[in-house]
Amino acid sequence: MDIIGQPIDRKDGKLKVTGTATYAAEFPLKNIAYGVAVVSTISKGHIENIDTSKAKALKGVLDIMTYKNAMQLHQFSSEGPGSGKFAEKDLLPLQSERIFYNGQYIAIVIAKNFETAKHAASLVKVTYNDEKPVFDINQPEAKIYQPAQALNGASPKTERGDATGALSSSAFSIQETYNTPVYHHNPMEPHATAAEWNGDELTVYDATQSVYGNRAAIAGMLGIAKEKVRVISPFIGGGFGSKGFMWGNSILAPMAAKFVGRPVRIVLDRSEQMFTLAGRRSFTIQKISLGADANGKFNSIRHDTTSETSFVDEFVETAGVATKILYDTPHLDIIQNIVRLNKGTPCPTRAPGEAPGTYALEVALDELAYKLNIDPLQLRLTNYAEKNPDDGHEWSAKYLRECYEKGAASIGWASRNQKPGNTKQGKYLIGYGMATATYPANRSKATVGLKLYQDGHAVAACGTQDIGTGTYTVMAQVLADSLGLPIDKVDIKLGDTIYPQGPNSGGSQTMATTGPAVRAAALTVKSKVIKMAIADKKSPFYGQAEEGVMVDNGKLFLKSDPSKSETYTQVLTRNKQPMIETEITTNVSTREPQKTESNPTAKDGNDKEAGSDNKQAGAKKIGASKDETKGNPFVKEDEGHDRKNMSFHSFGAHFVKVLVHPLTGTVKVEKIVSVMDVGKILNDKTAKSQIMGGAIFGIGMALMEGTVYGPTNGRIVTKDLSDYLVPVHADMPIFDVQFIDKADTNISPIGARGAGEIGITGVTAAIANAVYHATGKRIRNLPITPDKLI
Amino acid sequence: MYPFIFTKVNDSAGAISAVGTNPHAKFISGGTNILDLMKMNIEKPELLIDINNLDFKKIDVQSNGNILIGALVRNSDLAYNATISKHYPLLSQALLAGASAQLRNMATTAGNLLQRTRCYYFYDTVMPCNKREPGTGCSALTGYNRMHAILGISDKCIATHPSDMCVALAALDTIIHVQNASGKRTIPFADFHLLPGDTPHIDNVLQPGDLITHVEIAALPFANNSTYVKVRDRASYEFALTSAAVALDVSGGTIKAARIALGGVGTKPWRATAAEQFVAGKPANEETYEAAAGLALKDAKGYQYNAFKIELAKRSIISALQNTGG
Ligand SMILES: Cc1cc2nc3c(=O)[nH]c(=O)nc-3n(C[C@H](O)[C@H](O)[C@H](O)COP(=O)(O)OP(=O)(O)OC[C@H]3O[C@@H](n4cnc5c(N)ncnc54)[C@H](O)[C@@H]3O)c2cc1C
Ligand code: SF4
Repeated sequence: MDIIGQPIDRKDGKLKVTGTATYAAEFPLKNIAYGVAVVSTISKGHIENIDTSKAKALKGVLDIMTYKNAMQLHQFSSEGPGSGKFAEKDLLPLQSERIFYNGQYIAIVIAKNFETAKHAASLVKVTYNDEKPVFDINQPEAKIYQPAQALNGASPKTERGDATGALSSSAFSIQETYNTPVYHHNPMEPHATAAEWNGDELTVYDATQSVYGNRAAIAGMLGIAKEKVRVISPFIGGGFGSKGFMWGNSILAPMAAKFVGRPVRIVLDRSEQMFTLAGRRSFTIQKISLGADANGKFNSIRHDTTSETSFVDEFVETAGVATKILYDTPHLDIIQNIVRLNKGTPCPTRAPGEAPGTYALEVALDELAYKLNIDPLQLRLTNYAEKNPDDGHEWSAKYLRECYEKGAASIGWASRNQKPGNTKQGKYLIGYGMATATYPANRSKATVGLKLYQDGHAVAACGTQDIGTGTYTVMAQVLADSLGLPIDKVDIKLGDTIYPQGPNSGGSQTMATTGPAVRAAALTVKSKVIKMAIADKKSPFYGQAEEGVMVDNGKLFLKSDPSKSETYTQVLTRNKQPMIETEITTNVSTREPQKTESNPTAKDGNDKEAGSDNKQAGAKKIGASKDETKGNPFVKEDEGHDRKNMSFHSFGAHFVKVLVHPLTGTVKVEKIVSVMDVGKILNDKTAKSQIMGGAIFGIGMALMEGTVYGPTNGRIVTKDLSDYLVPVHADMPIFDVQFIDKADTNISPIGARGAGEIGITGVTAAIANAVYHATGKRIRNLPITPDKLI
Repeated sequence: MYPFIFTKVNDSAGAISAVGTNPHAKFISGGTNILDLMKMNIEKPELLIDINNLDFKKIDVQSNGNILIGALVRNSDLAYNATISKHYPLLSQALLAGASAQLRNMATTAGNLLQRTRCYYFYDTVMPCNKREPGTGCSALTGYNRMHAILGISDKCIATHPSDMCVALAALDTIIHVQNASGKRTIPFADFHLLPGDTPHIDNVLQPGDLITHVEIAALPFANNSTYVKVRDRASYEFALTSAAVALDVSGGTIKAARIALGGVGTKPWRATAAEQFVAGKPANEETYEAAAGLALKDAKGYQYNAFKIELAKRSIISALQNTGG
């Protein structure tokens, strides 16, 4: 049976539902102590005094770390998320008395048990010298500027033709401003780190989307060699980008462990700390102009975004990024500005840029369609981009038309009454909306170690992560398929720097990057065994051509005569081989690093030397005995592919039906049809879960989510999961997720692109458009809550 | 959380002797509110008395038709009780509109009555709050007050009473049964919760040492034609922006009697008596509903972020009246 695409259950599912999967905060370490953070209560100024006497006097308190006694940290300069990035480069924790935002680290109280540490933390008394903070973009002190570069080194400005001139000469146009609030990731697992020193060697149990990135950053900030640090992160309870950059907890736990001479665990509080110490998505203010002729053919698109960053780092929520490539227009202007505020630093959040950007753009398209009185779907088809309009490259593969067709058919798009506010179902107003989804198809570098054992089971290892998306399961499917083993005979090891270096789990690249490396390693091992068999007089395959021997279910057989067969175990046993192993690196970049003046050597995140970064002090490695990348035919088959003039993106479409209560303005999303073109589907179940999860994020953005900062002082008001609303079960619609499921052989021989982020793009707009269709009300400030509809 | 002494008692006598008149003692029943407040250093009891073993777990129909509900009856059990769901759908619906299934399985009748406000600033010990620390000021007046009250407010506090159950109880003739070292007494529901006035830190008329034993609902035959409409930002596990509990006695298209109470808008569970009196004798139609809704919100005052509640509350009332009056 073909294992690729099968909706098999997660390999780690049972561990998770029985509570036996070990997360960062759950490793039982001998003599462990508990660190609890004290955070600032002003938004700008200096600490005048920290009085720790009362806290320290509490029985069980070991010590209290503040800027006065904490070890000095080193600056760590990042070369991209995959090679480590501390989220706030100008605010290394506990290094000075300066306060840049409310909820900033100012002390770590370390005690023998958690309850004592927490109580003691509340007894630390801090006085400040306040300065006037700038926490709101509307304050006169708030300065808006154009950053030197946007996310991933991209340019903050893209110009094609003369968008402003073309707009004024267009027969039809719309010009609107769309606002999205601040969003917090709220992963189920809070940020957590436990650190243990053994002499000069450090082991860090961390909740991270990048074990290798955090290893580099931790070592760099401590000023020790990378090889002395091991980072372990076998399970992650969701990151959504918040665990992509490294945050204070990952460095404070090692500092605290050194400080008190025993292992220390730090877990962020769900309330407040997860809102101030772990990143967020910036708000966006997006001005969009569309100019078109009477048929809706675009003449001009302008997308002008302002987002926020902090005073201690620069993160840019590039909302215009998808607008560059989504539709065909001769004139285009994308501008990105930011403002520095006294708030913590934003960071990537599931589809950074694309998620808020596709909301604004796809609502703007809807507005134009209604203005022109043409079908919103037709407007998208009229402006369909046959090639990437940004660089003129061919798409590696694009089946967006098919997505539109399938989605429209499934929701019954054609039979709706296009007039807004005009259709009822019982007492509810009903509305339909649609929008396009898109996300880049990223791929970078991965090294995989593989061992096939004599007993017929195989283990592949890679220092990438399963952040809850199903990487363990999907990698096992690729391995089983390529090696010809049943799924229960393969095992995948992830989330540990004793394994060869893998990609950071960001940019939806984990599977597209690691999968081909697993495949190449598996084919290498398979080929070794076949070669061993055909050279072996006792084998039924003796003297046969390698291509003539196949493997299925752990059994080698002759293509021309399947009755001639023997198992892996038989070949290895006869040849006295306890195992066959290999280590392979595949290194393909689908992202053209954008060079800007200030960033002349932009990298895509992973360093380029093959198999470079594997040395781990004091640890046994899996399958790393020999790197067999050079001259490897399976690597060549993959890397030899010419990608220079190709553009790698995934596409899709969401179609939504909503019910709106005409009196109270309550919106219920009844159905979401999501049709996605993300290349070959490796596991129908885990892929659907990703798209569904993205759509749920979109429901949150459309209808309820948004962090509120106090209007008087910039402290977060909605700082827990009771006041920051995420969608709950009762909000769930019927989900109908469909895939085109056509291999993109240009990205890799596997043909799969990532599916983690595309689900959130477009869906917010589709819901907002459906609400407009139901009510005739266009809400341009998210979220669309009942008060805005009455 | 501050250290405290924990004790578990087995009957009401044990509870009353354990608590005495100690102002620093607290009972714990479902624990869904008091534990959060303790963890956040908002409540700092020195003695916590677990009353879950007490025998107040029954729902009994009295000979006069009244219903006596034990203080420890869980919100879920009360909501799904056959008598309640048949004869008092507004109460059943209000309970089920509150919190989440897990919370309702823990939360008790008495605990629900005594739950504290959800004002953001009440929960943020860094910010001034007259309810938490008398005399420090009210951060909500100039702060983010979207969830706050528009009725019964004072310039010291504009926090809502957040309970859904209490809105239904306010619409009914409810009596609270209390016991303490000096005996038993009853308190009419309307007198139980207090307006903030100058003393927003005092939520209700209970005194240190008071144990709630029962909640009694008077028989009201037309309560079988009743409803609870709750408007909120998500479909479950969220407090009301506005809500309305309505029971109507309608015959031949004319309203004979009505009960109307509001949630999400008042500093205490809010009975709209003037609206009730207005609709009595009027035809059950849109015109009546709209006029009643207007009357119910006549004295409402909105702030920067919650002014929408005036209109939304009216619409909630109209929607509830439509559901019950046709
Ligand atoms: C996230 C969240 C969402 C929620 N959403 C809603 C909602 O939408 N609608 C809603 O109505 N409620 C909601 N709630 C609140 C919930 O209804 C209350 O927490 C619950 O009813 C309290 O009951 P309890 O038994 O757990 O009380 P406890 O927490 O045990 O006690 C509360 C108070 O009552 C006192 N007490 C308890 N029993 C007695 C007694 N017999 N005599 C004297 N004093 C007593 C305690 O000392 C304490 O002060 C929500 C709660 C949470 C945490
Ligand atoms: S509204 Fe009441 S509870 Fe809220 S801050 Fe003001 S005084 Fe405190």
